[in-house]
Amino acid sequence: MQSFAGYDPGDFFDELIAPDGTPRPGAQLLIDKIASLPPGDLAMRQRAAEALLLKMGITFNVYGRDEGTEKIFPFDLIPRIVPAADWAQIEAGLKQRIFALNEFLQDIYNDKKILKDKVVPEDLVLSSRTYRKECEGFTPPRRIWCHVTGTDLVRDRDGRFYVLEDNLRCPSGVSYVLENRQVLKRTFPQVFEASKVRPVDDYPNKLLEMLEYLAPDHVAKPTIGVLTPGIYNSAYFEHSFLSQQMGVELVEGQDLVVADGCVHMLTTKGLKRVDVLYRRIDDDFIDPEVFRPDSLLGVPGLIGAYKTGRIAMANAPGTGIADDKVIYAYVPKIIAYYTGEEPILPNVPTYICRDDADRACVLAHLDQLVVKAANESGGYGMLVGPHSTQAERDAFAGKIKAEPRNYMAQPTISLSRVPTIVGDRIEGRHVDLRPYVLFGREIYVLPGGLTRVALTRGSLVVNSSQGGGSKDTWVL
Amino acid sequence: MLSRVANSIYWMCRYIERAENVARFISVNLNLLLDLPSEGGKHWEPLVLITGDQEYFEEQYRQYTKEAVISFLTFDRRYFNSIVSCLAAARENARSIREIISSEMWEHLNTFYLEMADPRYHPMALQDPHKFFRIIQMRSHLFTGLMDSTMSHGEAWNFARMGMMLERADKTSRILDVKYFMLLPQADLVNTPIDNIQWTAVLKSASAFEMYRKEHHLITPRMVASFLVFDTHFPRSIRHCVNKAQVCLERIMNGAAGGAINPAEKLLGRLKADLEYTDIDDVIKQGMHEYLDNLQTRLNRIDTAVGTTFFNIKPLVSAASGQQ
Repeated sequence: MQSFAGYDPGDFFDELIAPDGTPRPGAQLLIDKIASLPPGDLAMRQRAAEALLLKMGITFNVYGRDEGTEKIFPFDLIPRIVPAADWAQIEAGLKQRIFALNEFLQDIYNDKKILKDKVVPEDLVLSSRTYRKECEGFTPPRRIWCHVTGTDLVRDRDGRFYVLEDNLRCPSGVSYVLENRQVLKRTFPQVFEASKVRPVDDYPNKLLEMLEYLAPDHVAKPTIGVLTPGIYNSAYFEHSFLSQQMGVELVEGQDLVVADGCVHMLTTKGLKRVDVLYRRIDDDFIDPEVFRPDSLLGVPGLIGAYKTGRIAMANAPGTGIADDKVIYAYVPKIIAYYTGEEPILPNVPTYICRDDADRACVLAHLDQLVVKAANESGGYGMLVGPHSTQAERDAFAGKIKAEPRNYMAQPTISLSRVPTIVGDRIEGRHVDLRPYVLFGREIYVLPGGLTRVALTRGSLVVNSSQGGGSKDTWVL
Repeated sequence: MLSRVANSIYWMCRYIERAENVARFISVNLNLLLDLPSEGGKHWEPLVLITGDQEYFEEQYRQYTKEAVISFLTFDRRYFNSIVSCLAAARENARSIREIISSEMWEHLNTFYLEMADPRYHPMALQDPHKFFRIIQMRSHLFTGLMDSTMSHGEAWNFARMGMMLERADKTSRILDVKYFMLLPQADLVNTPIDNIQWTAVLKSASAFEMYRKEHHLITPRMVASFLVFDTHFPRSIRHCVNKAQVCLERIMNGAAGGAINPAEKLLGRLKADLEYTDIDDVIKQGMHEYLDNLQTRLNRIDTAVGTTFFNIKPLVSAASGQQ
């Protein structure tokens, strides 16, 4: 029997098991099912699922290794369950947050009211590496900037959800949400049905609707493309998967040209005009004429066509400023400024290193804090104080003093845990949650999301590039 | 469809066909050796000659042993026409168009490659080579079958098919060329049992032995060459492959407006007509090697023309907008 008998939820919030060892509401059916499996069965199903992922080629590339080094994104069969009440709060909180961040973007690139009112320091915004002067005075189609967002949430020991990070540029991972669900449906069909899990399969359709909404009114049947950096990008599988699911073209920079002010695809029958691009290339690389001139991934002239309204892009260039990790600290104020409401989802308390008092406090407590650089992602450029060496802390102290604007620090959160298959045993592992939000005709939050899990015992780093895996997320 | 996609699907099929043909060369040589007195490495050398990459081989492996030649042709990743390199290239191409091909095709090719790249399977190539290379050929056939039965026979399919047919025509011509070249200086061997075995092997390389027998019964060099170049119905004969490639190209062009003929259509149409109005006696008069050499050059030109007509249209576009 694959028993939970010896399972220890530990001194953390466990997503499936209450502190007294009984299943949490909604998790009973799943726990019973797992407990009823013959010995070794769960581990066997786990291996079968991994083999299936490899065969389907659902892999990502690891940077810094040989070209073409592929790994499957490790996947754990035991799902994470989010009760309806928790989800209602998350959904409302994300809608509020994304609405406010979109207002913020429109404002700082145009009227700059929030800067004039000194709610957010002007120099902080203008000095950000992701602030795009090129976008000043521009309003994107339908006045939407952040069409696709993946917001990282964590649950602390107290059971509350906090926003850890906003990802407004090219958030990835949604394909794993959809694929994980396929695997889980095959593995636990009865439990799945009986638990009344909300479906996620509608996502590609919602994404397509949103992209079509961006096309100019006079275009009845817009041509849409997913713009990918190519097969060596770590998220290439996802780009290919989404374009296939939506039935739109997957294009690389080399497939596009700007001629007569419009963007065209190079096809076997000549040029074909493109109306909307879901671009998965960062601002820096998207147009060598405007941003990095050495970029081979982008399309020369793309930004020009964009600014004259000849093509729509999701996400809009310039959104990176809103997920700058120092700007993050101001998001509660940003929400209050544009909505007049208190944030529904709180931030993790944050120290801003450009602030003298905060910085002194950070430098004194480096061994207790998590320090992050403003514009890094994927778990790079980060110091996890309690797990660091003195040498690492000294190095980070130097960096903070040299460039205080570029750093922020947060207390270490005791991330919640979910039972996870470890060999033949089940042990608790720390998780976060990345729900996906689409901003089109209205704001839509996919009921589910990517639960990333730190597979190493005790580890708090869930990034796939740093040994993290994923789980299916069941919203009831 | 996107030019890049057409390019990838065309090359995906060319590479798979190429990998299959390498397995064929090796298989047949193994069969041949069962019937011949051992003469050291002499029987493995032609396999390297066929590739035209003797220089690299001699530098890396020195001796033409069975082990060296098989490793070189099968597992050498630095040699870009080895089976594993071809499959890696086919898979990279497939990966960039996996939203275009069927998941059956992708999953099959992905598994096919992962197996070949897995060192655990490598000892089998030397321990049980007959089985090993047979498996590779069957995997390739399965891929072709999946492509025919799970993918719409639209533009993309026609590009795939055209790539496969051009590659196959080229490989059949090379099989014939090398054997002919090998046998030529040994005039006294003509019509001896050994010679017969050699020509049987040529036929078997192209899976043509049984079909040839039905058509022509006796094995003579002249008829074998005629069969492999000019037979209308045999699926690996050069004429058949060129005809099929031409049909694909016609279908690809049907969607386009206007009657202008592009360079690929011109070159392929001319080659088809020439094959139609030439027979084996003309070829022998001209010299078999010269004829095949010329044929390979023309196939290369067709490949280049397909590239400039459909895949690399960017230079044309910039030239056109430059004139405005």
